[in-house]
Amino acid sequence: MSSDSKDIVPGAAETGAAADRMAGVDPRPGVPKPDPILRASGIRRSFGGLTAVNVEHLEVQRGTITALIGPNGAGKSTLFNLLTGFDRVDAGEWAFENRQLNGLSGHKVARQGMVRTFQLTKALTRMTVLDNMLLAAPRQKGEGFFGAFARPVWRAQEAANRKRAMELLERFKLDAKKDDMAGSLSGGQRKLLEMARSLMVDPSMVMLDEPMAGVNPALVQSLLEHITALRDEGTTVLFVEHDMDVIMGISDWIVVLAQGEVIAEGRPDDIRSNDEVIDAYLGKQHDEPNGGTAAEAEGTT
Amino acid sequence: MDLLQILTVSIETAIGPIAAIYVLAAIGLNIHFGYTGLLNFGQVGFMLVGAYGVAVSVTTFDLPLWLGLLASIVCAAILALLLGIPTLRLRADYLAIATIAVAEVLRLLYRAQFARPITGGVYGRNSFADGFYGINPIPPGSYGIGDVDFSADELWLMVVVWGLVAAALGITAALMHSPWGRVIKGIREDEDAVRSLGKDAFVYKMQSLVLGGVFGGLAGAMIALNQQNITPDQFMPQVTFYLWAMLLLGGAARTWGPVLGPVVMWFLLTAFDELLRSLASMDIVPFLETSQIGALRHAFVGLALILLIVYRPQGLIGDRKEMLVNVK
Repeated sequence: MSSDSKDIVPGAAETGAAADRMAGVDPRPGVPKPDPILRASGIRRSFGGLTAVNVEHLEVQRGTITALIGPNGAGKSTLFNLLTGFDRVDAGEWAFENRQLNGLSGHKVARQGMVRTFQLTKALTRMTVLDNMLLAAPRQKGEGFFGAFARPVWRAQEAANRKRAMELLERFKLDAKKDDMAGSLSGGQRKLLEMARSLMVDPSMVMLDEPMAGVNPALVQSLLEHITALRDEGTTVLFVEHDMDVIMGISDWIVVLAQGEVIAEGRPDDIRSNDEVIDAYLGKQHDEPNGGTAAEAEGTT
Repeated sequence: MDLLQILTVSIETAIGPIAAIYVLAAIGLNIHFGYTGLLNFGQVGFMLVGAYGVAVSVTTFDLPLWLGLLASIVCAAILALLLGIPTLRLRADYLAIATIAVAEVLRLLYRAQFARPITGGVYGRNSFADGFYGINPIPPGSYGIGDVDFSADELWLMVVVWGLVAAALGITAALMHSPWGRVIKGIREDEDAVRSLGKDAFVYKMQSLVLGGVFGGLAGAMIALNQQNITPDQFMPQVTFYLWAMLLLGGAARTWGPVLGPVVMWFLLTAFDELLRSLASMDIVPFLETSQIGALRHAFVGLALILLIVYRPQGLIGDRKEMLVNVK
């Protein structure tokens, strides 16, 4: 995206408000937040000899959009998987809404109100869009093996869920597609469906793994609006993304991961001017004509 | 060549007890594969423990027939748990490998020398079905329309097996049109997505494996009652593959798919056999001995499967639109 895209990013106009949300928080790695919804310490995960994630301390402020960025292989998705119970940590503990999540499996984490999406969209392709939504509704009475036979018991709840699903589908402009197979949707529509579906769970925090990947620019726009709308309704958003314009535009707070560690944290403006971040993205020998020798000396440490 | 005779025999097979038994087992397989996406290549293992559940209970332990049938159900459920606990947390292919291996291991265990006091070893078990035919309420005689007819005992078994089929279909339909079934289908599409929405995929897969396995076990028990004697070696892996062929022919993930598949398949198989046999007896087909017909049948099934997958991958009553959806 070019520089003019900043004008159309909805969050950009609100940078003032966004900055307020994180007022008084020091832009340094591991900084404590005034009202953290998620707190993680000493999260470590290695694959063979490679340490994929080694996060000393990380907090996510409630009611904000926090972006998790970093170069390829920085461990963003691995950290996502660890926090949501889709992978096991080697060490570390983390709490969501002050409840320990260590060792909880993925479905239990989701039931706590921390719902994730996936980098490679996981639409349930041979099910209708509406069924995709209904599946996600929490605490369904007809969900148990024996409860399933007691249709009169769950009929009313099913109707209520259907109503809520239709409201969400309308909001994401998928209501006309409700009876289509999810597999017939375009890539962008699947991203929308996945986001809508995660909201069916009624989460207090959504974790979006590259929500904009492979989505055309027009739809990026609408996705961004949905994400900011979510925050404005009080849902905390943590998302992984590569597109810098997008991140700078809508994030209240940015966490930069490189080689598994948090190397920087801060408001978009702090990150934009952070040398370590630039180094991590572009390598240490960028633009400065004589930067090579100095950086090489540094690089050995 | 008597075409009417061939037709009669084929219809008798297509609606007879054996086809009904295959329908019951295929309904179980449909729950596993069609709805949940579990690759069970050992449905015959469930049939084996089901058949021996009733046979061993009645002969070895002198228990009444109803307890034997209960034992069949319990054995199938235990087998499902034993298969599921180690494999259902792993990728789908592990279940496939485990089921095909365990079904074959079970057959070898049941026929082993050391198992003879209980299972009868290679000789199997017999005369355990008297209790079943003793309570046959249908008066002796021959029943049917035209040339298609069944004895009173056959009819009694047909009533029971088709009754079980009706119950299994009712249970399956009720489940699959409930929120439980929605989760099950979600697991077939993408297990991780379902987990990320707060559903315990493992528990659902286990329930599905047990339910489908119990239907397989009941089918096995019905085989035992039908033959009134069983040996381990009739539970060969090809039984499972016949079931798969029948399910795919009918249409997986459809309520009536596993009913239509076995019925059509048994009709065609019998018609094919009978046709070849009468041709062979008339000496029209060169190089064909009567003893080779059985082998040709396998070739026929293989050819039918290939044609099916090329031209009609959704089966007879499957939804082509659903098949063609981009699964990526």
